[in-house]
Amino acid sequence: MTGLGATLFVVTAIFAMAGALITISARRPLRAAIGLLVHIISLAGMFLTLNAHLLAVLQLLVYAGAIVVLFVFVIMLIGPAAEVGPIEGRVASRTLSIALTIAVVLAVATSVAYVDAPWGPVSDEFGTVEGLGMAIYSQALVPFEVISITLLVAVIGAIAVARSRTE
Amino acid sequence: MGIGTYLALASVLFGIGASGFLVRRNMLIQLMSIELMLNSVNVVLLAFNRAYPANHDGQVFAFFVIAVAAAEAAVGLAILIAYYRIKKTLDTDDATLLKY
Repeated sequence: MTGLGATLFVVTAIFAMAGALITISARRPLRAAIGLLVHIISLAGMFLTLNAHLLAVLQLLVYAGAIVVLFVFVIMLIGPAAEVGPIEGRVASRTLSIALTIAVVLAVATSVAYVDAPWGPVSDEFGTVEGLGMAIYSQALVPFEVISITLLVAVIGAIAVARSRTE
Repeated sequence: MGIGTYLALASVLFGIGASGFLVRRNMLIQLMSIELMLNSVNVVLLAFNRAYPANHDGQVFAFFVIAVAAAEAAVGLAILIAYYRIKKTLDTDDATLLKY
């Protein structure tokens, strides 16, 4: 990895972790949504260091352009009630859950941090629209069609669940 | 700097998302934590695909993960709105509709 890629990785990693921490610690959901936006944009930059150009664009389009906007719309619809009071009660179970999570993360992170697979050279079309598009439409054509039906079902289900009751 | 750095970072991001899901009571924040976890999985898939670039399998998987995450966000937020319409709160400690 060249020096520029390493620099970009470090910067995006710091912003991604900061955005994730803001997301889970903010009292106000709108601030959490902005933290999620920072996290997603940083990850899109990190995807560029992994030669995943098309997926970086898709990350920006789908996550930052659709999912975060959807969250903001819901926060706007619900209004002040979107904010839930401070964390209280069941301190023991919450502390235990966060301690177990930290323990597992430390174990995994320290054990995989020294995995070393060679970063070989990649072809010019690796991760571009042409390369990934050929892979999707040649090897994964059926799953691609199935995912379109899944999205259609999700849209219909979301309308059916969220529409106001008229009866 | 290699694949191990990416894997360690992804596990830390997954842990942040998991602890947010476990600790917070706000249903919106919990849905955002799920998105954090899905994103960290995408980092792992792309890092392994970059280490073994003979084919695009990891990137194809990440593509489908993004699509499923979009569907999940749509349905999850619809359920959230239906829940808010009944209970007038987003506190998951009050989510006892199926309990009694």
